[in-house]
Amino acid sequence: MKPFPFADYLVFAIFAVAVGLTVGGALIAALSTRIIRGVSGLMISCVGLAGLYYFLNSPFLALMEILIYVGAVCVTIVFGVMLSEPDEPAGEEKRRHARLWSGGALAVSALVFAGVAWLSLHGPWTAPAKLVSDGSVRAVGLSLLTTYSLPFELISAVLLVAILGALVIARSGRTKE
Amino acid sequence: MIDFLNLEPVRILLYLVAICAFVGANAAYLVLAERKGAGRIQRRPGPNEAGPAGILQPLADGIKLLAKQVMVPPGTDALLFRAAPLMVMAPPLMCLATIPFGDSIVAVNLNIGLLFVFSFGSINVMALMLGGWASRNKYAIISAARVVSQSVAYEIPMLLVVITMLMVTGTLDLSEVVKQQAGWFWHWNLFKVWVNPLMPVTFVIFFTCMLAETNRAPFDMAEAESELVAGAFTEYGGMGFGVFFMAEYANIVVGCCLATILFLGGWQSPIGALSGGLWGPVWFLGKMYALIFTVIWIRWTFPRTQFYSLLNLSWKILIPVSLGTLLLTGAMMKLMPFVFPSLH
Repeated sequence: MKPFPFADYLVFAIFAVAVGLTVGGALIAALSTRIIRGVSGLMISCVGLAGLYYFLNSPFLALMEILIYVGAVCVTIVFGVMLSEPDEPAGEEKRRHARLWSGGALAVSALVFAGVAWLSLHGPWTAPAKLVSDGSVRAVGLSLLTTYSLPFELISAVLLVAILGALVIARSGRTKE
Repeated sequence: MIDFLNLEPVRILLYLVAICAFVGANAAYLVLAERKGAGRIQRRPGPNEAGPAGILQPLADGIKLLAKQVMVPPGTDALLFRAAPLMVMAPPLMCLATIPFGDSIVAVNLNIGLLFVFSFGSINVMALMLGGWASRNKYAIISAARVVSQSVAYEIPMLLVVITMLMVTGTLDLSEVVKQQAGWFWHWNLFKVWVNPLMPVTFVIFFTCMLAETNRAPFDMAEAESELVAGAFTEYGGMGFGVFFMAEYANIVVGCCLATILFLGGWQSPIGALSGGLWGPVWFLGKMYALIFTVIWIRWTFPRTQFYSLLNLSWKILIPVSLGTLLLTGAMMKLMPFVFPSLH
């Protein structure tokens, strides 16, 4: 089978779409005044991120990103929003010296950005590995149960504590009169 | 010409067009099948005016929906309101790309196809929720909240059952799963009781969860007509509503495809002969439509459950039982490794 004439352009276009979704979604999440649109932006960003994982040879991680971040995390956030927030755009800033505060925030974020940029430009980068593993389920499973078995077990302990905590909080409101 | 069709992007494009056509035709004619089935069960003829025995009814419905104005009611979040039908329609189309309809009839054979279907299937909840929320309608918001608790509750037993199946098959590749079930019908995963005596129970759990995940009666809490008008779709009219409706049927098709592949041997023949070539899709579609017929049959035979009994069913019965089958399968794999082909 001879290769498709514009294959490189197609691949580049798909990569550009993935990058665009990630950045665009993040911008929506950060700039939107309606919280529900912010969550939608987060969701778009996660889908784009899944595309980037795919380009990094980790299809398993890409699908997990969608399954967990879009299918679970974003849904939970929206659910939390529904139970608490009326869907109104944010009103005028009530706080005094709002401009002063936002100027300060801008200065701090510019400083952080400059620091990170300086670090990433001057820091010693290790050469990117060509292919750590084939990114298959088998490879991920093997490394989870050998090299990274301690973090894996610790995460399960954290989740157990979270479940117990949720139970304790939910139980206290349900005492029988 | 043949050379051109063999190019990978062209092939995928053709498959995508075919999938869109398949979903559209299915949505249109499953609505008719549903109405005919409902008529049959309620002892009335069902739609019978448009064309012989009503076979042109979907066409008439389609034209009616297309001709209606798409309204965005004032006060809604217009962008999300319009985006929700798209988001609910896209995932099942994506999922169908990895479904093997026959020996070599699959758009993209991923080695993690099963995970692909589940990860894109999980977007459905988000889309329904956004649609319900953007409508700014009390019924729609109640429905959106119900969708979440329902789908969270039923995703757990469904995934547990799928993990059980994964342990049995040892692969996420849907084509490979089908290949393991070659031969007579007792080689289907549904009847592999020597691998796990609870296999038929597993199938029942999967099917129940599938009904709940696709919001079908008796679990159609998302659009319980008699309680919530039309639930999350209350404010949608014209083709907006039509797309939600199509997506529901597309999701049923995906769910039944998955059940066919995981439990009923996919495109394998049940009698050992008459397999290969065009028989593959024939067997596959036959099994899939039998399951879809069951879905329709269940809808018109069982009354809608109450919401708390719906949640009780999942948390108190389905999850413990599916955990039990998971543990049993694990134990059997440890004790009797010789019956598991995937371990060798």
